[in-house]
Amino acid sequence: MSSLEEKRFPGPLRGQLIFAIVFFVVALLLLSQIGEQTKWVKRTKFFAQPRFWPAVGLIGMVVFGGLHLWKLPRRRFDRMDYREWRIWFLAIEWVGWFLLYVLLVPIIGYLPTTMIFMPIITWRLGYRDKRMLWVAATFGTLVVVLFKSLLQVKIPGGLIYEYLPSALRSFFILNL
Amino acid sequence: MDLILSSIDILARWDVLLALLAGSVGGVLIGAIPGVGPAVAIAILLPATFSMDPIVGLTVLLGIYGSSMYGGSIPAILINTPGTAVNALTTYDGYPMTARGEARRALSLAYSASFFGGVFSVVCLILFAPILAKIAPMFGSREIFLAALLGIILVVIAHRGQSLIAAALACFGIFLNTVGLEAVKYSKRYTFDQSFLSSGVNLIVVVLGLFALSQAFYLLQGEDEKTRITKLRGGLFQGLRELARHPRVAGVSGTFGVLMGMIPGVGEFTAQFLSYTYAQKTSKRPQDFGHGSSEGLIAAETANNAVPAAAMVPLLALGIPGEALTAMMLSVFYVHNVVPGPQLFQNQMDFVVALYIALLLLNVLVLVFLLFATNHLIKVVKIPNRFLGACILVLSFVGVYSLRNSVTDCLIASAFGIFGFVLKRLSLPAVPIILGMVLGGIMEVKLRAGMARVKTPFDFIDRPIAMILFLMIVGVLILHFIRVLKDRKDLKEAKWSTKHASTNFGMHLFRRKSFLLRERGRKVREKHLKYNPRSTDKR
Repeated sequence: MSSLEEKRFPGPLRGQLIFAIVFFVVALLLLSQIGEQTKWVKRTKFFAQPRFWPAVGLIGMVVFGGLHLWKLPRRRFDRMDYREWRIWFLAIEWVGWFLLYVLLVPIIGYLPTTMIFMPIITWRLGYRDKRMLWVAATFGTLVVVLFKSLLQVKIPGGLIYEYLPSALRSFFILNL
Repeated sequence: MDLILSSIDILARWDVLLALLAGSVGGVLIGAIPGVGPAVAIAILLPATFSMDPIVGLTVLLGIYGSSMYGGSIPAILINTPGTAVNALTTYDGYPMTARGEARRALSLAYSASFFGGVFSVVCLILFAPILAKIAPMFGSREIFLAALLGIILVVIAHRGQSLIAAALACFGIFLNTVGLEAVKYSKRYTFDQSFLSSGVNLIVVVLGLFALSQAFYLLQGEDEKTRITKLRGGLFQGLRELARHPRVAGVSGTFGVLMGMIPGVGEFTAQFLSYTYAQKTSKRPQDFGHGSSEGLIAAETANNAVPAAAMVPLLALGIPGEALTAMMLSVFYVHNVVPGPQLFQNQMDFVVALYIALLLLNVLVLVFLLFATNHLIKVVKIPNRFLGACILVLSFVGVYSLRNSVTDCLIASAFGIFGFVLKRLSLPAVPIILGMVLGGIMEVKLRAGMARVKTPFDFIDRPIAMILFLMIVGVLILHFIRVLKDRKDLKEAKWSTKHASTNFGMHLFRRKSFLLRERGRKVREKHLKYNPRSTDKR
């Protein structure tokens, strides 16, 4: 049965312990590197030292992170924690999709990549409806037109645009 | 009068008006979609606004900021899911009204209250602008440092029950800001000899990761919710009449919104909490609150919509953002070399008033848009969550990649995206990181400048405003510790009262005796089992 502290804890308890441990350990590791990674300059006031603010941040992370860990109402792992870690791990798939998209844009070009990427990821999400796939492709096209063609946001043209006829090439590189 | 005319002159451009329209309509749409808050939209649009004029870029962002709360009330009232985080209180009284079949009345009341809140705060601030212009120059380096420190402390303690981790995350933000080449002594800090870290960790990359990408991952990893929308019946104009019947609640809530918005680090939640509590305590029917009370709805919506205009005050007058959204807007100023602070109030007052007039126009535009387009607008609530996640993923790319066309930025943003995703899953706040980054940078510069002229520690606070700010910091910390002690006492009392067992001494001895006997029995049985194992045990 959960204790009163566990019941009053704002937010879910699953996953809190590992997060607090990792946060605390990383803060400690970073703090241990402060001598190597920052400098103490002679003839400079204490508050103007390059080491001062990293030290404030890291000591704060260690102290408050440590207190948070100490004050956690449940300090043992439980079945729900393992389930939560699995969810965190599975989210890495979407990072993979995002990075794949990032890598493909400079090669295939912004418009073609987005037009293909949106329906594929929509398919992956389980929307097999034709209408949904069309909506996804249209959304992709609209994003490109809005940001690159109208707002002129800086996104380079794709490598494959080089193979287009010269009149089309500059238009594609600049607008799509 | 000249000031207002010259401000109108700044706004009278087709691109500013277009930005105003796009910002207001876009903001309402973004607010109405649960899962996409103004922070996501502003983070994505931020790099796109860098190529625009400061006034155009800021109008778009301000438009989204100011109008998203109007839109956020729609799903809060119709499906009990707040469109933006600050509309959570709207669900208390808005949804019960929908359940009673008064959805249209609730919506119209929410729009009217929001409109009143928005206009009230802008009018207040235009009237106060000359006074602010006089006070702002009194803020030197020390005062700005202390105000930023107060902001960080307030943000941390605003997360009740989570203030330790909020403080740790704010310190993480302060640390992140120090990574890279230090500007005064030119020494490297925590770069680990990596060239991509020499220029530091870009605020926008972190913002996009923590707000946009993390939200995309959260939606993609979650499940679609089935929503059923009730049909709207009746007129939308009745809310204005009903609002007029509660001028006191609306006025006080608007004042709370303005005051709380002006204090860095406080914002909508405190303003709403104060005005809702006030409305409930002074109401003739306090029992209706939480069950569809019109006064509760007015208090919540007026207070939250009065905040955006007021939140611009510390940003414009002191260069101190009080929350994540204004922190993002600060980067627009920096990109255009417009440094917000006392000088801006002294030299470019027309620019400041122009921003306020833009907010005023925005409220009118949004109200008109909502009164006529609500029927069509409620359809956006139906967009499936996971599909929305894919859309945010594609849009986040525009934000991150267009900054410097760097894949490394995308990798860093993804890392912060996963970090933000974990924070969201654990219901931990990401805002202290952003404020730590922004306010940490300000504190570093201002403390260095302020300490140059300080001989004894008392010199730091020997000016009136510095002293007031210092006393406020001490007061806030004392209040916080009193609250923490009270919470501990409450917990102890609650534990005591939920104990079923009797607490008299004889009973205690009896329980101890039975416990010891039980333990003894267990040990004896274990010992016997060793010599005489059960037939079902493994051998």
